[in-house]
Amino acid sequence: MAKVMVYPPTSLILADLVERMDHEALVVSKEVRKKINTPGLESPPLNITPDGPKKGLKYAAVDVPSGVRGRMSLIGPLIEEADAAIVVKDGGYYIGCTGCARTNELTKFLLRRKEIPILEVDYPSDEVEAKRFVHEIRQFLEGLT
Amino acid sequence: MRMTKFVVTSQNSDVLPSDMAMKIYESGRNINIKETCFGVMIDGEDSEVEETVKEIRALDPNGIFVKDRGFPPGDPRRCRGHRGGGARPGLYSIEYESKILPLISIGLTSEERGEKPVYSIEKKKWLNPDELEKLIEHEFS
Repeated sequence: MAKVMVYPPTSLILADLVERMDHEALVVSKEVRKKINTPGLESPPLNITPDGPKKGLKYAAVDVPSGVRGRMSLIGPLIEEADAAIVVKDGGYYIGCTGCARTNELTKFLLRRKEIPILEVDYPSDEVEAKRFVHEIRQFLEGLT
Repeated sequence: MRMTKFVVTSQNSDVLPSDMAMKIYESGRNINIKETCFGVMIDGEDSEVEETVKEIRALDPNGIFVKDRGFPPGDPRRCRGHRGGGARPGLYSIEYESKILPLISIGLTSEERGEKPVYSIEKKKWLNPDELEKLIEHEFS
């Protein structure tokens, strides 16, 4: 079973397809759950705290906006853990944790730099594309050990 | 450890959120359920949630999709009932992807049957402005 990072990291379709093929999908909600279940200074615990941008310094320089570093404090650990990745080139919806274009670029860059198997696909818009989409993802996931 | 899952039905699935909720109630497990317009949210101990997800998925294997959720249902940090209304932050992604789910169901069914996808058909391209100009000229000249 491989750990597969999906991008966008909130994707229902990608996370579901990965788990169907008996792999572990690395999604941002798992990181959020860890944060909100850990007792801290804030009550109730928050998913993003002033500590987030500090942790994000591991992935982005100090002059990079805190929004990017805060997001990277959630997405960065997923990239480190990933054995493979499935990336949708144009997600079509970018809001919340994927609402920052620079973070999206940085995430894709870090994934490529890690030199892990990456599948880049587009969301399907008709039946023919949907069959290709599912087939390509299945073949990619079957090839992972 | 507790976990929360979104269970979303495809638009072409015959399974309703209420059917899924009834199935979970029947199981008698100690699980919180919240019925929503797109499916159900289930929250409980991870082993129980995993088993429940397997049972629900069996209702329509290619029409039911599951993903993790960070916050539990009704959490005051996310629930719009506590935040004075408005869409929940993650709703936009589910709204966007739920429109594609019927196509994914077709893809999954096709894979199940062992059909090979067609690659000879070219991918749809955006209309070139020059082509559009020619079409307009042709139509109105």
